[in-house]
This record gives sequence, structure tokens and C-alpha cells, in this order.
Amino acid sequence: MPFTLEMGRIALAKMDQAVESHREYLTELDSAIGDADHGINMSRGFRKTMEKIQGAEHPDLGALFRDVAMVMMGSVGGASGPLYGTFFMKVSQKLAGKDQVELPQLAEALQEGLNGIVALGKAQVGDKTMVDTLVPALSTLAAEAEGDERSAWDKTVAAAEQGMTSTIPLVARKGRASYLGERSAGHQDPGATSTYLLLNCLRAAALGES
Amino acid sequence: MIGILVVSHSAEAARGIALIASQMSGGGAFVRGVGGSEDGGLGTSVPQILEVLQELLRACEGVAVVPDLGSAVLSARSALEFLDPSEAARVAVADAPALEGAMMGAVESSLGSDLAKVVATAEGARNLEKTRH
Repeated sequence: MPFTLEMGRIALAKMDQAVESHREYLTELDSAIGDADHGINMSRGFRKTMEKIQGAEHPDLGALFRDVAMVMMGSVGGASGPLYGTFFMKVSQKLAGKDQVELPQLAEALQEGLNGIVALGKAQVGDKTMVDTLVPALSTLAAEAEGDERSAWDKTVAAAEQGMTSTIPLVARKGRASYLGERSAGHQDPGATSTYLLLNCLRAAALGES
Repeated sequence: MIGILVVSHSAEAARGIALIASQMSGGGAFVRGVGGSEDGGLGTSVPQILEVLQELLRACEGVAVVPDLGSAVLSARSALEFLDPSEAARVAVADAPALEGAMMGAVESSLGSDLAKVVATAEGARNLEKTRH
């Protein structure tokens, strides 16, 4: 089943809902090691994204995700704004002119998004960031993309969850949390957590859930 | 002339730092500050940074960007992605303390130095001694 423009819109609506319903949780995680604004920032970003895309006509997935990128860059505020903004921008460039894509192409586009995040933030696996969720998730998706779709997405989300929880014992090496040094260990990273939530929404939309 | 762009999480801090840096350079440098999120809170906004950066690029041969903290660096770097490569080549992000870096960079710029020299001087501001004189 190809990933369609409509699925892209559904995925974003699900992301908006997921971020909203986890707003307090994300903020709680961020208050332990950050500046307690991740839930609020993400919720504002997706709320403004929905305002921008609702009622707008997008010719293709590239145009849709480009709008998301622009809103994220402008309205999220913290580091997650430029990072998620760059992610969606790189994905949109890869999907320019396409109103639907097969899973391997979607996996490639998402990998481009991850590459953008790494180039911008210079984080690697083990630094206690969203990269800890994205790397295992997207390498799983790429490896499984040619096979059964549901199984590919289930494994991807499982890998994302594992990546997210892997951040708990880590000492942060990026951002505000890194100023805490050893004291950042023992807390799950908020960015790794929001990334997991978003991937979960993408899975649901891609498998045709409305 | 090299422009200095202070990027802070706070609009007030950005304006204040830019004002101090400008005065310390004897008014001889182009210094601008941009900061705060689009809704007026603390944070940084890529479109806002881009707008001021483009204004400075029209007036100056190059721009040294001096961000305050982590996500200001990310937002500044993201803004560069939206410039033409020829414009982006005239911009550098300095790894410097915001106030001291902007001030030292502005003084260097007022002497007519090029972008590389202005950035190097701004970055050297991390070694400024304040009390051990």
C-alpha cells in the first residue's frame, strides 16, 4: 500500500493529537533535565501546523511537509524547532512532486530527514537525543521496507521505543541537559520521546488507520 | 564592513547586547539583535533570524552571527540553509560568548577587518579576563 498525500495529512493530525495528549508528560520529562518547555513547544508547533495545513491545498507530499517544516522553524522556539523543521524540510525535498510513495522510498526520505538532523545538531547515538530514537527506527524501516508492511512498521516502532528508553541511563552530551553532566542520567530524553510519539503516528497513518 | 548579528533566546537580551556592542565599537559597526519566539516568548525563530540576516547582508559585505546558547546556534544554522549559496558564503556563526563576542567582533569590524578576522576576534572573547587585572 503506497503512502499517500491523504495519509500524510492523517499522520500530521495524529501527531497533533499525540503531542497534545502527551503535553504534560513531555514537559515533565523536560523539567527533569531541560527547561520544561518541550511539551508546550511541540504542542504549539503542531497546533500551528494544523492551522496552516487545514484548508490548504497541497499538490504533493513534498509541499505538505514543506509547510510543516516552515511552521516548526518559526513557532517551536527551542532546539526542537530547527531540528524537527530540518527533518521535515529534508523529507519534503525528497518527496517533492510525489503524491504517493512506496515504503522503501518513504524510508529513504525519512533517512534524509535524519541526516539533516545529524548535520545540524551533530548528535550521535548515545548523546541522549532524538537521534537515539531515529537511528534504530529508520535503519529497521529501511531493512524491512521490502517485506510485509505491517511487520515493517511494527518492528520500526518497537526499535524506536527501545531507542527512546535507551536514553534513560545516558549522560546527555547535547543541549541544556548536557550542562547537568552526570545528573542527566536516570531520565528519559524528552526529544527521543516526542520522536517516538511521531513515528508511532506515522505508522498508524501508513497502515491505513484513520 | 562586516555586520554582527546577535541571536538570543530573549528579544530584550538581543537588543541590549547589540546596543552595548554597537556603542563599544564607537558606533562604527553594523550590529543587530534578534531573539525571542514568534509569539513574544523566550526562544528563537528561524524566519525572524533569516529576515534580519538578509537585511544585514544587503548592507554589509559579510555577517558574523553570535548566538547565545545551543538552540540559537541551531536556528542560526538553519537560517543559513535558506540563503543562496553565494549569500551563505558571506555568513559565519561564531563560537563565542554572546555579549563579549559581539562586542569584540564589533570593535574588530569597525577597524575594517574581514569576516574571518572578525569571527576569530569574537571567538577570542572567551578568554577575556574581567577581574584579574
